[in-house]
Amino acid sequence: MIIAERKPLSELLGMLEGAKDITVLGCRSCTAICLAGGEKEAKELSEALSLHSELQGKGWRVATITVERACEKEFLSPLEGSVGTLISLACGVGAQVVQAMCPELHVLPGVNTTSMGAPEGMGVFLEQCAGCGDCILHLTAGICPIARCAKSLLNGPCGGSQDGRCEISPDTPCAWEQIVRSLEARGRLDLLEANIPPKDWRSSRSGGPRRTVNAEASAGEQQKAWREEG
Amino acid sequence: MSVSRLQAVLDDGRFGVTAEIGPPRSCDEEGLRTLARRLKGCAHAFNLTDNQGANVRMSSLAASVLCLQEGLEPVMQMTCRDRNRLAMQSDVIGACALGVRNVLCISGDHQVLGNQPQARNVYDLDSIQQLMVLRRMRDEAVNWAGEELSHPPQLYLGAAANPFADPFEFRALRLAKKVSAGAQFVQTQCVLDLERFDRFMRLVRERGLQDRVHVLAGVIPLRSHKAALFMRDRIAGMRVPHSVIDRLRQASDPREEGIRLCVETIEALRGMEGVHGVHITAIAWEEVLPRLVQEAGVRP
Repeated sequence: MIIAERKPLSELLGMLEGAKDITVLGCRSCTAICLAGGEKEAKELSEALSLHSELQGKGWRVATITVERACEKEFLSPLEGSVGTLISLACGVGAQVVQAMCPELHVLPGVNTTSMGAPEGMGVFLEQCAGCGDCILHLTAGICPIARCAKSLLNGPCGGSQDGRCEISPDTPCAWEQIVRSLEARGRLDLLEANIPPKDWRSSRSGGPRRTVNAEASAGEQQKAWREEG
Repeated sequence: MSVSRLQAVLDDGRFGVTAEIGPPRSCDEEGLRTLARRLKGCAHAFNLTDNQGANVRMSSLAASVLCLQEGLEPVMQMTCRDRNRLAMQSDVIGACALGVRNVLCISGDHQVLGNQPQARNVYDLDSIQQLMVLRRMRDEAVNWAGEELSHPPQLYLGAAANPFADPFEFRALRLAKKVSAGAQFVQTQCVLDLERFDRFMRLVRERGLQDRVHVLAGVIPLRSHKAALFMRDRIAGMRVPHSVIDRLRQASDPREEGIRLCVETIEALRGMEGVHGVHITAIAWEEVLPRLVQEAGVRP
């Protein structure tokens, strides 16, 4: 899922200069699961903003709307008719889809979207995928070195790995230590004997913004023309 | 055929000595030249570090050329942190055109450890892939795109190895990977834990790597027990045994003790099968080099 964290209230207040009608948008998908922008967090933020408005005499009208999934326009009908400023607690994708759907709204980011990952423990989320567009998990014991090694090494571990920790911080496990240990346990260290050659990064963000087409699901040109005529 | 003095010495079976020079933080060309003149003759070749510890300094390429002009043979270090494959190839072509022959391929310390942690890193290639690209330029006379090079670079390719990093048993395999990618010589992280280094060399010999690559064991003269603690706590991938720290702490003259310790280490390493030389890192204490190589009996 997509991991995000709440922006500090002070930063949000700085964005709200001149606002009148404020809608706080929660999303029940990824940001709800990582406890950054679900229904509960949206309500909390609304209450905090109302209180601030009352104390400071801002006169804000604050509303809360939570949708199932902010990144799909089919779920955004509850936003119809909203005016003024919207603070999105959905991820960066959701915020952009909402802005595209409701051009008259001033959409503000209420969270910082950090990564694609999974919960590691209570309230701790670990990045696991960098979306490079060319998966090699079958070679690396199901642990992604692109996302989880600080240097994205494909033939690691580097000389900074000590006691299972990455050189950047004792809080960061060395992904290559984990890969080596897992392959060792499976008796498949031989997988690491061969060098992985330079990667073709065109499928990653380095190749420019990506547009993924599912040929089966997307309507062909002819079909589109036929539908539009009909 | 050797393309550099370092290669000639090592291929000849002589005990090689390389030493590290940290390029200046500013444009202090004269300072670097003066240091180079002072160190001339103390080693077969001198490593010019590449933004060591992820701190900005004069480029390794420029510092290498300045050393060349002073009659020192450079080993140009090149990290994967700061350049993509385009920059790597063009820098090597440029360096070779200017007379640099020895290139050391390394991942580089992560930028969060340096003075500009806000920077974005590159890591288009890792150090093994870097070796693959540079070897292909030399051996096949093509760049990585496969385009012919009418004047391919003449290179003696090096890599780094850290026997003190983990997972330990993987370190010899990692060295084997570097050798098959093109490493002809390898410089190790500084040896202060001789027992662990000895175990590493045993794994290296089990794979027969000592016949395929020249291993230069890293050594460092320590000025005080505080320097030893700094190495242990602040330098990525270092291991400093208690015995070393205690020995320096208890010494009446820690500097002298540090030199003695380093000389003893060089002597011990010299007797180890598969060790073909030493790589001396005396950053910010370069003036000790002449004495060190003299006392250890390894002066070229």
